[in-house]
Amino acid sequence: MLKIGPYSFKSRLLLGTGKYPNFDVQKEAVDVSETEILTFAVRRMNIYEPNQPNFLEKLNVEKYKLLPNTAGASTAKEAVRIAKLAKASGLCDMIKVEVIGCQKTLLPDPIETLKASEELVKEGFIVLPYTSDDVLLAKRLEEIGCHAIMPGASPIGSGQGIVNPLNLRFIIEQSHVPVIVDAGIGTPSDAAIAMELGADGVLLNTAVSGAKDPVKMAKAMKLAIEAGRLGYEAGRIPKKAYATASSPMEGLSIG
Amino acid sequence: MQLIINGEKVELPENVGNVSELIQYFGLDQKVVMIELNQEILEKSKHSETILSNGDRVEMVHFVGGG
Repeated sequence: MLKIGPYSFKSRLLLGTGKYPNFDVQKEAVDVSETEILTFAVRRMNIYEPNQPNFLEKLNVEKYKLLPNTAGASTAKEAVRIAKLAKASGLCDMIKVEVIGCQKTLLPDPIETLKASEELVKEGFIVLPYTSDDVLLAKRLEEIGCHAIMPGASPIGSGQGIVNPLNLRFIIEQSHVPVIVDAGIGTPSDAAIAMELGADGVLLNTAVSGAKDPVKMAKAMKLAIEAGRLGYEAGRIPKKAYATASSPMEGLSIG
Repeated sequence: MQLIINGEKVELPENVGNVSELIQYFGLDQKVVMIELNQEILEKSKHSETILSNGDRVEMVHFVGGG
């Protein structure tokens, strides 16, 4: 079970809801992924179009824990404001703190992320900060009371996979709260590697929504995350420099 | 009454007096709408008791797809 604050989840896949070809594909992808946590963003509405479709109406939101993000914020103050707006919906108390410090790399601003997270913990939110893979920052985020740490594998939407497995391993080893690898996952094998490293979960969006067949990719990610987790729990064999025969040496008939 | 909604000036009829009525006026009462009034975020339970005044700045936001 994945435990975040007071909540428990069977699925270790957290799925984003951005950039699907249409709401029907999105719904099907969400269904087959068997995710229990959906992320989304907060934006101004078009007040003159009351009938514009909204993804929330297509999904049975009762089935999911909603994890709004603070995307769009570049300061702690903006992130706290977006978090409070999300909570004012009465639908959620979890928040993905996302404070972007650089528009080209979309890497998070570590200082503003820490400040925003600290304030939101005090305000009673269940706080999951999206952070770089800085080991000491992850430690500080845990110390101020964050309920999970979400280091990026590589830049958002880049699909580059895990570029620094060593740092992720260090973060996972030191953490007493769940570590969810967020951002940069491109393929099912990336997600499986994150889980084999000991991550408690994986958050992804573009890898599924941008795939040629998002529904099939959602299934692939679900299976990869399950396989990676099982592999981690099973404990891998140590690597050796040379071969070791799998078949017995006794009873060989020679000549 | 004139309000500034999502950064734009909007003229409203006399019968729109509180935040619930504002949401109804735009036909959004069945939607998930979050409101910020003059930089104060309003809990949903406060919508009907919160009176609007000329020149108020209102943000009306909702959830959209994102990661």
